[in-house]
Amino acid sequence: MSTVAESPSKPVETLIEATVRFCGDSGDGMQLAGTQFTTTSALAGNDVATFPDFPAEIRAPRGTKAGVSGFQVHFSSEEIFTPGDTVDALVAMNPAALATNLVDLRDGGILIVNESAFDKKGLELAGYEANPLEPGGLVDLEEKYRLYKVDMTQLTRDSVKEFGLGTKEADRCRNFFAMGLVFWIYGRSLDPTMRFIESKFGKRPDVASANTSALKAGFNYGETVEAISTQYAVPKAELAPGTYRSIMGNTALSYGLIAAAKMSGKRLFLGAYPITPASDILHELCKHKNFDVVTFQAEDEIAAMTAVIGASFAGAMAVTASSGPGIALKGEAFGLAVMMELPMVVINVQRGGPSTGLPTKTEQSDLYQAMYGRNGECPMPVIAARSPGDCFEVAQEAWRLATRYMTPVFLMTDGYIANGSEPWKVPSAASLPKIEIEHPGPAANGEKFLPYKRNERLARPWALPGTPGLEHRLGGLEKQDVTGNVSYDHNNHQSMTDTRAAKIAKIADDIPAQTVDGPATGDLLVVSWGGTYGSCVSAVRSARAKGKSVAHAHLRYINPMPKNLGDLFGSYKKILVPELNSGQLRTILRDRYLVDAIGFNKMQGKPFSVAELVEIINSLA
Amino acid sequence: MSVELELPVLKPTDFASDQDVRWCPGCGDYSILAQMKKVMPTLGIAREKIVFISGIGCSSRFPYYMNTYGLHTIHGRATAVATGLKTVRPDLNVWVITGDGDGLSIGGNHLMHCIRRNMDLNIILFNNRIYGLTKGQYSPTSPLGQRTKSTPMGAIDNPLHPLSIAIGAEATFVARSIDTNINHLGETLKRAAAHRGTSFVEVYQNCNVFNDGAWDYAKDRDTKADTTLELEHGKPLVFGKDRDKGIRLHGLEPEIVQLGKGINEDDLLFHDEKAAEPSLAYLLSRMRHEDGFPEPIGVFRSVDAPRYDALVNEQVELATKEKGPGDLDALFAGGETWTVQA
Repeated sequence: MSTVAESPSKPVETLIEATVRFCGDSGDGMQLAGTQFTTTSALAGNDVATFPDFPAEIRAPRGTKAGVSGFQVHFSSEEIFTPGDTVDALVAMNPAALATNLVDLRDGGILIVNESAFDKKGLELAGYEANPLEPGGLVDLEEKYRLYKVDMTQLTRDSVKEFGLGTKEADRCRNFFAMGLVFWIYGRSLDPTMRFIESKFGKRPDVASANTSALKAGFNYGETVEAISTQYAVPKAELAPGTYRSIMGNTALSYGLIAAAKMSGKRLFLGAYPITPASDILHELCKHKNFDVVTFQAEDEIAAMTAVIGASFAGAMAVTASSGPGIALKGEAFGLAVMMELPMVVINVQRGGPSTGLPTKTEQSDLYQAMYGRNGECPMPVIAARSPGDCFEVAQEAWRLATRYMTPVFLMTDGYIANGSEPWKVPSAASLPKIEIEHPGPAANGEKFLPYKRNERLARPWALPGTPGLEHRLGGLEKQDVTGNVSYDHNNHQSMTDTRAAKIAKIADDIPAQTVDGPATGDLLVVSWGGTYGSCVSAVRSARAKGKSVAHAHLRYINPMPKNLGDLFGSYKKILVPELNSGQLRTILRDRYLVDAIGFNKMQGKPFSVAELVEIINSLA
Repeated sequence: MSVELELPVLKPTDFASDQDVRWCPGCGDYSILAQMKKVMPTLGIAREKIVFISGIGCSSRFPYYMNTYGLHTIHGRATAVATGLKTVRPDLNVWVITGDGDGLSIGGNHLMHCIRRNMDLNIILFNNRIYGLTKGQYSPTSPLGQRTKSTPMGAIDNPLHPLSIAIGAEATFVARSIDTNINHLGETLKRAAAHRGTSFVEVYQNCNVFNDGAWDYAKDRDTKADTTLELEHGKPLVFGKDRDKGIRLHGLEPEIVQLGKGINEDDLLFHDEKAAEPSLAYLLSRMRHEDGFPEPIGVFRSVDAPRYDALVNEQVELATKEKGPGDLDALFAGGETWTVQA
């Protein structure tokens, strides 16, 4: 049985796409509402992109602006890459949420407010002198938007009355009422959410029934209330055939690590210390011990990283996951890993910095840290994921490079793609690339093992403890080439410094050439890296559709860079590098290629809007 | 059951690497290295299964001189490196070599957590009460008032007592020995090796260049019988050249008593390294020479407790038994999926 109204009683308008944002107090369950709407839209066949936005405080004082949490869902019948610049429908559960989110609602957009929260106290906490829902304020909401004032508190309480919950518990069902109403407006099925309620609250039948009842009450409210006059339909998108699911970046990254371990026949060891926004990788991996995954929650970031070095020496696929401040603490250990030439993966889920910065907001400002944040000449490969689903592939690629070149590899993501989600075409295990690793076998009698004797890639052998005859010592002191003995010889230090650099540079032979989306020559090339991919590709395509001569190169490999990158630059009159930092990739490009790249930079803890990128593109092309 | 592989008979020299030992002539480290090489062949463990891991400091050069697998890591982190290694490879026999600065100052946090996890490895802390490799600054075990290169007017911070720290961190094996007391040192290392769980051994080690004589009171032929007390499980705490002095409990404090004159051994405190509660071991670890007590050497505490490295792998086995070996296809398709037809 489907709960979608089969013969709609109200007119249905078909849209190409829509963006909905749920916002309310941190305790109002807005992340849940957003996730449910995402899953439902994805199951309905839309392309989706999401943007959860929440405060760093677990429970900021109730009703204040500091405690507002939001979740934005962009769903479309066409391919999309971003969670949307402006919002078509805004659900505000209290005055503080309205005050902080209204700015993003487009003129004429749908505004649903929980009217009962707009009491004297609620208004005061949000800093409103007068009730914005009443006419005569600074902005006439009724005139500017399609305002629906809904007494959600009372309607929810009424809908759950028969289940005998206390007022507090009853009020906790409010987000399901809000969901039900939005589901009705966009003609969505309630089934996925009802299944979710069953699995989540199955042990509390009263709570499960109350939430289901509130959900249906919201849906029926839309159906019945005359003021809400139109329903909208966003048809299925044309995605490539296959089985899909919705996936978040941190989940995809975790799956990619598990896959890489399996495809290389290794135990997976994660050494980590809790830190936002990387902790979900620890949470995800510790659920999958049956894949021979070992997670170690260390006493601090340094222990997490040094344990990873120990695990790598012991022969595991060793990984650490952290964010800027944690990465800073691990810095000395990266140097040791580079010196020991052991394979491992270092994940930085970037957040706003410096220092504690903006823990729950996104930024790309740790690129210099990844490139240069160590003492000595200490090169490490750096690669970056561009979207939630891309994290899966990049995780495997990081491990492939680490083992082929015996080096720690930096894998950069950010809070935006870590917590954002998108449809992900479920891969089959059989299609995954094998990662071949060789370990030297026992030494022939009397043969001396040479731990720093290199192969054609300049990689040294990965000899595992337990192998007879290969007993050797690694350390942070400079090594003599070939033998690995401690050496203070000045010529050796020069040659080892050069060799370590040459080895990382050689990775350029092993990575694909840089591709470009758009014309091979033109007025402007937009160069981006990491989580800004979606905004950049959308903006470039949009500008091109309006006749601009602009192409887009998105870098996965930042150190080393693809060999053809420098040549590409010559084919465009101008180079634009948009980044959520003050110009870090731009500086690197200028340094490497002497290219006069132009920066477009933003440090506001949020992704680029497509509109602002289109504007800068238009000003240059 | 697997076939018992016959281990080749090894000699101490088989454990010597081809590297020149570069400690200062006369350093206490030489004696500890010699004892370690002597103990190794007695353990019945294949050489390739042994890993020595150190941090930074004079003592931390140790792994370079052992012909086993080894890691000379960064300052203070050896215990954390060893934790990662032992967690993924519980089959390896792991030794951490550290010092008073490496283990108790910069690495204090990792030391504490390694011990409380009861990782199955051996930590040997060379205590010379000075920073030697950086040429003579005071360390966390330097006594109050000690004048060093960085404390010209005397040290003003209270020293740490390594064994008290280990016991406070729930250590299951705690022992003390002395670099020049070679038989005792060898036996103590063997006991440490035999213990399952973290074995923590403090070795009084002389730095003859920057802190010469720091332990003379405990090493001097004429005084050591009165300034140290050799612990034996189940035996009363007796010491002194003529074995005529003992330790008695007075309330919650130890006191020195003269045997005879109405006091016999039955009145003394009896050593019990198996005591479930660490109170006795802690009391012993607090007996300091400067307070007039003999300092105990030997095994303070040796009890069995679950080990992190075993438990973590048991969870992997249990999860595999309950859920079956990981199936990537099932993992990827978890949650709600939908299909787009061609």
